Formats: sequence, structure tokens, C-alpha cells
Amino acid sequence: MLVIPNLLSLILWLPLVGIVLIFLVPRKKEDLIKKIALLTAFVDFLFSIILLINFDYNEKGFQFVEKWLWLDYLNSYYFLGVDGISILFVPLSTLVTVLCILISWRSITDKVKEFYLALLFTNIAMVGVFLSLDLLLFYLFWEALLIPMYLIIGIWGGPRRIYSTIKFFLYTFFGSIFMLLAIIYLFLQYGTFDYTALLGKTFQPHIEKLLFLGFLIAFAIKVPMWPVHTWLPDAHTEAPTAGSVILAGILIKLGGYGMIRFLIPLFPHATLYFAKLILILSIIAIIYAGLACLWQSDLKRLIAYSSVSHMGFVTLGIFSLNPIGVKGAILQMINHGVVTGALFMCVGVIYDRTHSRAISYYGGLATTFPLYAAFFMIFTLASIGLPGTNGFIGEFLILLGTFLSNKTVAALAATGVIIGAAYMLWLYQRVFFMRPSQGVYNLQPMKWNELIALIPMIGLVFLIGFYPNPFLDFMRTSVFHLLSNLR
Amino acid sequence: MSGASFQVINTFDLRVYLVPFLPFVASIITLIFGKRYFKDKAHILPVLSLLFSFLLSLSLLFDVLSGKTYQFDLYSWIVAGSLKVGLGFLVDPLSVMMICMVTSLSFLIHVYSIGYMAGDPGYYRFFSYISLFTFSMLMLVLSNNLVQLFLGWEAVGLCSYFLIGFWYEKKSASDAAKKAFIVNRVGDFGFALGIFAMFYYLGTLYYHEIFERLPLIAGTYLNIYGYEIHVPFLIALLLFCGAMGKSAQVPLHVWLPDAMEGPTPVSALIHAATMVTAGVFMVSRLHALFEMSDYAMAMVALVGAITCFMAATIAPTQFDIKRVIAYSTLSQLGYMFMACGVGAFAVGMFHLFTHAYFKALLFLGAGSIIHALHHAPDPNDIRIMGGLRRYMPITFWTIFIASLSIAGIPGLAGFFSKDEILAYAYFSKYPWGKVIWLIGLVVASMTAFYTFRIFFKAFFGEFRGKDVLHGHHPHESPKVMTIPLIIISIGAIFSGWLGIPEALGGGAHFQRFLESVLGHPEIHVEDHTLEYILMALSVLAGLLGIFLAYLVYLKVPTLETTFSSRFKRIYTFLYRKWFFDELYDLIFIRPTLFIARTVVNLILDTFIIDQTVNGSAKTAEAFAGFFRKFHAGVVNYYNWFILLGLLIYLVIMYLK
Repeated sequence: MLVIPNLLSLILWLPLVGIVLIFLVPRKKEDLIKKIALLTAFVDFLFSIILLINFDYNEKGFQFVEKWLWLDYLNSYYFLGVDGISILFVPLSTLVTVLCILISWRSITDKVKEFYLALLFTNIAMVGVFLSLDLLLFYLFWEALLIPMYLIIGIWGGPRRIYSTIKFFLYTFFGSIFMLLAIIYLFLQYGTFDYTALLGKTFQPHIEKLLFLGFLIAFAIKVPMWPVHTWLPDAHTEAPTAGSVILAGILIKLGGYGMIRFLIPLFPHATLYFAKLILILSIIAIIYAGLACLWQSDLKRLIAYSSVSHMGFVTLGIFSLNPIGVKGAILQMINHGVVTGALFMCVGVIYDRTHSRAISYYGGLATTFPLYAAFFMIFTLASIGLPGTNGFIGEFLILLGTFLSNKTVAALAATGVIIGAAYMLWLYQRVFFMRPSQGVYNLQPMKWNELIALIPMIGLVFLIGFYPNPFLDFMRTSVFHLLSNLR
Repeated sequence: MSGASFQVINTFDLRVYLVPFLPFVASIITLIFGKRYFKDKAHILPVLSLLFSFLLSLSLLFDVLSGKTYQFDLYSWIVAGSLKVGLGFLVDPLSVMMICMVTSLSFLIHVYSIGYMAGDPGYYRFFSYISLFTFSMLMLVLSNNLVQLFLGWEAVGLCSYFLIGFWYEKKSASDAAKKAFIVNRVGDFGFALGIFAMFYYLGTLYYHEIFERLPLIAGTYLNIYGYEIHVPFLIALLLFCGAMGKSAQVPLHVWLPDAMEGPTPVSALIHAATMVTAGVFMVSRLHALFEMSDYAMAMVALVGAITCFMAATIAPTQFDIKRVIAYSTLSQLGYMFMACGVGAFAVGMFHLFTHAYFKALLFLGAGSIIHALHHAPDPNDIRIMGGLRRYMPITFWTIFIASLSIAGIPGLAGFFSKDEILAYAYFSKYPWGKVIWLIGLVVASMTAFYTFRIFFKAFFGEFRGKDVLHGHHPHESPKVMTIPLIIISIGAIFSGWLGIPEALGGGAHFQRFLESVLGHPEIHVEDHTLEYILMALSVLAGLLGIFLAYLVYLKVPTLETTFSSRFKRIYTFLYRKWFFDELYDLIFIRPTLFIARTVVNLILDTFIIDQTVNGSAKTAEAFAGFFRKFHAGVVNYYNWFILLGLLIYLVIMYLK
């Protein structure tokens, strides 16, 4: 195997090379800027694949660890590492960046230079969140991600983008403050930001609950859990395609990742105490957001609400506190990134051609745009969890895990699967079936950049659907270890 | 489970693998290259693949007959925690009988479709879907575990969705497709919970391990809100929900009549012979579970009986020829569940087998008529038919055979299997056996009545469609359609001869073959006299039905309108299919949409949740004005700042 020293730092900071190069290129040379961005992101993705290959999934601790003292007066370290919980998110983040560059190739024509800079910054922040094992470093990346996202939605977004960005920013920033307070408390108490040093520390019960809630608020808003989800549909609707893909693909995964990384291992008693509450909120999210999907008239808004519903499954799986459920939840986060990301890309494809997101505008696309219809169908099926697609594996494991810990909760959550089929198929019928509507004739065929962005997603849908074991193997030891410390 | 007489082979066997995967490969290639390269030759690959699949199935049948069964995993599919599931195969008498039936019919229907679908712009798509369906169905029946069964289960549902909505530009077709999928999802909701419960209590999802461990839960009860529920009953109930969806039993039957929007070969293959019987197959496969609970058996029998009767009352009131046959399918599926519910699983499978042939024949015959009348605005309407026997003699004879078979006339396939069900019901150890027998007997008569209603109305009297055909004449279908009809009609006669009961001097070989897997029902027969009497009764019932149909629809045609106007209320009730669709619309669809619209979208999201946050929304708008000034052209500065900050951090870090 290819062994590269400081591989994590390399993956994390490689986009900086692209950023510096793009800064140096005159803004008129848009093609060159795009190519630099694409090449950087792609090389970064290749390095993250090397990371995957070199990962040892029998090792229960962190791997590829890099730890240097960073701010000594705060006793904070530049501390990176991956384990079975975070490993899959790294290639997902770098992949999403590549795809975002591809899908924006033609659709972003304004302030091209800034756009690709922002995307590469996003890449750094996303990867940084998943790699950081120092709470301060984690927090910095966590917040740093907001800035380029804020810009992407606020500048290249739709007509109501200002309202949406402000709402998005306030919501998530509001949540983060509580996490920051909890982190500061931990620092004052134990004098360290080191995640591994904080593991196994015990707290007074009420303190533990407060700390748990501090983190939970930040994560719940990111996921987003019901009832703090209302920023997501607005943000998604107004964001440019790349923004939506990052939101769905990575940003909202940070919440779920944070829950697994911090809530369960650091605060095991509070986790058990609050698990039931979160399960209930998850069920509400699944059903409520599913019902909300039934009455959407905007393509992106519908898919955004379906995200809320799907993330309900993720939080459900996490707080089933059962190895099958937690693995399902991690896998479902990957799946959701692939499928919902792809659905947003699909919406982008059609929006670029017709400039309409209204479902009622469409009809009969299966006749006039068959290849696109086939792509959309595959992602629709993955979204409703049809066996053979990745969505099935995730939902099946989550519901099975939940059933093993609480039968009633699993039964209630499973109704979401019916609602999911209803709204997705209804959407598909209105957009693709029946007689073609006025505006869907003579659409330009799919372009190379769109095909290259979507075909790997189709590959992942079926790869994970028929052969999920390599993906599940990554998590095996870490999830076992995670839950063995509980109770 | 397969008993001492079978030698189980656990190693990979290429034939088993090829049976489902040949159609799969054909389907994918046809889908990708069909439109551009194959065009009107798109059928070649699927037809050939099905032919080979059929031959391989036969060779497997001979293996099983000589005492060899197969049970192996292809690869390990999902492994998480204590869950281990593979994609694998189980070839035993039950599954080998299913694959022979599926591949033979699928092959013939593929051939038939060459004629039926000729000239359709979606020709390649049709063959791709129907091959994909065959693959899925084969995966379903060959599975060695419940999750793969579920994979096949949902995949056949998906293909059914594609094919019902094949002419998706028609709103009714795409509505029907969606309805079929969602109604099935309701059943699968229960089915999935059943799988979870099975795993929870038994810790495995492989059939052979399930059968070993089932006795462990014989005395297990689960307390649900104070009620002690017998666990085997609970699991059986949940799994049966799936069967009710897929096999269209009350109350989840509403999708099947609408599914007739699909092309007729699809109705024959998917919505009569194969997919809809998956529920019966599943119940039989897990018969050991169902037999652990008398409640479960009673439930199966009851649901079957209600569906059987209800569908038979609706069928005579419908005018769409395919819908009539669809209701007849519901009714016949009811018979199969009735057989399962009295413990005669092998007999239920026997009826599944014979029904596949005679019902496919009936559908394909109807398809031939529709093909002949395709210039009419609604070629399915039996009111525009009549006198067709002069124009299309082959279709006439084949439908005649199918009708006699379904009416239970001695010597034809349907007679043997239906009669076995009635006999086993009558002699069953279960107390509800006699009731089931009585319902079965009455419905037998009704079945003959509505089947011959179509037969007489379509083929006798004057041709009534001259006005709507605009000068076109009905014509016999091409050979590529009639030859499959003739071959299947051989099946519709002789498939029953494989299981002639002892009372008639046969050896009931078919049932004995399956009973090695499905168990022997306990029945008490003192001597054959009573059996002969029962047999005579059921034949009389069939003849009575035919005679009444002759009377009402041929001899005294005014009787029909007299009845429908005299008993207007009952007629409307039946004509509107017992108001199931209206009822569901009222109690499920409207309230759900109402909640979605008002509560979720308007009240909660916009007012309550947002308002609490949007205390800050006013502030947000104020902010927005402030930020807007920044945004305009100075984004570059933001990026510079970010870069600068990062660089400073890196430098500090490095220096430290």
C-alpha cells in the first residue's frame, strides 16, 4: 500500500494550493479557474481514497493521528485522526466538492472566481470538522464552514436568498453558541480540549445533562431535527445547486456525526436519559416532514422536507443505541448525501434549462427527456428505500436496530416509509408522467459535466445497495467500541 | 426441513445462478441499447434468455425429482452486528416448481408480446421491464432467506409499477401505477415489521435456521398494552399484511383491478400468474410458522374467503373484460389462501400452479380480442363485442378451454385443483373447514357464471362493435400470438393431471412432491363415497353457473337489465366495487392531505415554529439591509480574509 506521511493534513490543506492558484489567475480566465478548482478537488478526492485503502478496520482507536501543540496558553492541539465513525465522511466530503464543481460548471456565470474559492474553502472546513479531535479546532472548522456557505447561498442564490441566509446563519449560529459554552466549561473543568483525554471523564448528573443539551442544541439544529428544521427548506430552496448539494451532502451530516462523536461517548448517562426524547422527536420529524412533502409545490422545497424526514431516520438509528441501528445511521448519512445530493443536482439540471422549480410547470418529462427521467427514477427509488439501492440498507438497518431496542418506536417510524413512497412517486408522476407540458419540449440534452457528476452517484446507489459490507466493515470495530462503553 | 429423502447440496451451482441472471442481463442490455440499436428486434435477447432459463429450470427439476436440493449463498449481502444475510438460493420442490412455472409462462408470454406489442414506441422498454420482472420473481422464489425474499418482493412490485404505468402519458395509467405501489407499501410496512420481529425472536432470517428455531417461540407471548399476544401469531399477522398487499386480498385488494391499465401480457404474467401469487408462496414457504397458531390459520382462511366471495360478486357487474378477469384473479387467489388456511398448503400451491396457466390463457385470449378491436375507442368493453367466434376461431377455442377450466369442468386443470381445495376444506381438522367449503362451493358456481358471461357476450350473438370500428373488421391474431395461446391451453388442460387425487385413481403426485416440504395436512376420510358426493356437488355448481349465464346472457338477454334495475341498490353497490375506493379516499387520503396542508404547512411551520424564531426574523430583515450593502462586489475580500486567517494560523502552528 501507498503510505503517505501526514496524510490527513495533506487531505485537509490540499485545497489551499488550488485557492492560492485561483487567486493568482486573472478573473477573466474563467475556464482556467474552473479547471484548477476541479483538478485540486479531484486530487484531494484521490488522496481520501488512499486514506480509505490504508485504513485498518480492526483498530479500535484513532488512526493517522497527527498531534502538535498549537496554542499552548489554551493547551489546544492541532490534533487530527480518523476512526470508523469519521472515515467514510472524508471521501464523501471531497467527492461532494468535486461534484459541486462539475455541476456548477455552466450554471454559475457570475463572480466565477469567488464561487470556486468559496467551494474550496468549504472543502477545507468540511474535512476539518470530520478530522479534528481537539474541541477548539473542531469548533473553529464548524463555524468556518458557515462563512463560505453563507456566501454561496447569499450571493449565488435565488430571489429570497437574503432572508434565507440570515435565517440559516442565525439558526446555526444560535445553536453553536451553546456548544461553545459547553466546550468552554469542559476546558475550565479539565484544562484540555483534547477529545481523547475527555473520554471517560465523569460528571455530576445535572452537569452532564446540561453539557449534553449544550451540544445537542447545536447538533439538532444542524441535522435538523424537528422543531428546529425550518431553516433548511428555505436555505435549500434559495441556494444554488452546489449549495444545496453541500447542505444535503455534508453540512446536515455534521449534526449526526457530532451526536455519535461527542454525545454518546462523552455523556453516556445523559445519552441514556435523553434517548427516549430524541426518539420521539425523530418520529415526529419522519412523519411530520413526510406529510409536509405531500403539500409542496416547489421541487427543491419538497426534497428539502424529505431531507428532514430522512435525517429523522438517522437520529432514530443513532439513539436506538444498538450496533445495527448506529451502523445503519452512519451508512444512511452517506446514502442520504449521495441520494439527496444527486436529487438536488437533478433539479439543478432541469432548472438550468427551464428556470422553474414549480412542480406544476412540468409534466411528461419521461417523453421529452428520457435519459434524465431514468436518472431521476433511480434516485427516487433510492430515496424511498427500495431493496437493491443504498437507501434500503440504511433504512432497514436503522429500523431493525430500533426494533431491537423499542418495538413501538420502530413501528411508528416505519410508517414514514409509506409516506415516503407516496410523496416521491406523486412527485415523479407530476413531473415525468402524463402528457408533456408546454415548457418541456426541446430541452438541451444532458451535458458531459452533468453526466460525470451523476453517473458516479448511480454507481454508489447500487454498489452500497448490493454490496454494503465493505462500508459496514469500516464501522464495525468503532461502533462496537462506542456502544460497549455505554451503560 | 426437507426430510431425510433429500440430499442437500451446499456448493455453488452455476445453473441455479443462471436461471435468474440470464433474464437480468438480457433486460439491462435491452434497456441500454434497445432504443438505438435493437429497435423492433429488442425481443430477441429476452426471449432467448427466458428459453435458456426455462431449460435450466427443467434440469433443476430433474435434480430435485432425483432427490437433490440446493442451498447456498452467492455472497454475503448485509453483515451488521448479529445480522448476517446473504444473497443466496434454495432449490427445493417448492421453489423448483415455481421457477418452472414462472420461466415457462414468462417465455410464452414474451413470445406472445412480440405480436401484441408490435409497433409500440416503447417496444424495447417493454421487453426490458418484463425480463427484469422475471428476474425479480425468480430471485423471490429462489431466495433462501427473508431479506432476499423482500428484495424480490419489492422488485417485482417496482416492475409492476413500471408496467402498469407503461403508457404513462395516460393519467389513469400513471395513477394506477402509483396506487399499486403505495397500497403494496402499506402491506410491506407490516411485512418489514414481521421480518424485524422474526429476527428479534429467532436471531436469524435464513429459512433453514428459522425452521429449526421456530419451536423455541411456541410458548412465547408479548404483552402489548395489557394484551398477551402469541408471538407466532403476531409474526404471522405482520408477514401476512405483506401477502394481502401483494396478492391483493381484502382490504388491500384495491390496486389490482386498476392495474389492468398495463398492457395485457403484463396482466397475464404479473397480475394473474406470477407476482400476485407471491403472497401464497410466502405463506406456504413459512407454513410452519402459520401452523403454530390457530388464529393465524383462521385469519388466512377468513381473508381468503372474504376476498373470494367479494370479488365473485363484483365480477359480473363489470364491463371491462380485463377487470372482470382481474376480479376473477382476486377470487382465485382467495381460494389459494383458503387452502392454506385449512392447512392444505400443497393443494393451495397446486391451485396456484394450474391457475397460472388457465388464467394466463384467459388474459392472453382477452388480449387477442383487444388486439382485434384496437381501433375502437375502448376495446376492453364487452358491450362492443359479440359474435367474435366467427372472426377469431383460435382465440374462441382457447378461451373456451380456459373458461371450462376455471369453471371446474371435470378433466380440465381447474377442476382437479379447485376440487382438492374443497375436499381438504371439508375434511379439515380446523373447525372453520366446513364454512370454507360452503363458501368455496357457492363461489365456484358464481365463477362459472361470470366467466361464461364474458364468453357468451364476446363470442356469441351479433357483433355489436360495427359502429365504433369505423369500417375495420375484427381479425384473428397473428401466429406469434396464437401459437403461445395454443401451447398454454395445453397447460390449462393437463397441468391438473399432475395431481389427480387418489379418489379418481390418480396418485396426487404433484401434492406428494410438495408435501415433502409443505407437510401433510391431517384429514380424516373414512371412505371415498363422501368425496365423490362433494365432487359431484362442485361439478353441479359449475354447471349451474354456466347454465345461468347461458340463460341470462344468451337465451333471454333482457334478464340482465331487468335484474340490474329491479335490484338497483345492490347492483350499484356491486358495480361500485363495494365502495372501497370511495371509503379509502374518505378515511385515508383526504384526511392525510388535509393534515399535510393545514396543520403541517400552514399552521405549524409558518406560524408557530417560525414565529418563535422569527422574533429574530424582524431583526433579520433589519440585518439584511445592513449586510446587503456589503455583499455587492466585495466578496473577494471575504475570501482574502479567510485565506489570511488560515495562513496566520498555519504559520503560528508551524512555529510552535
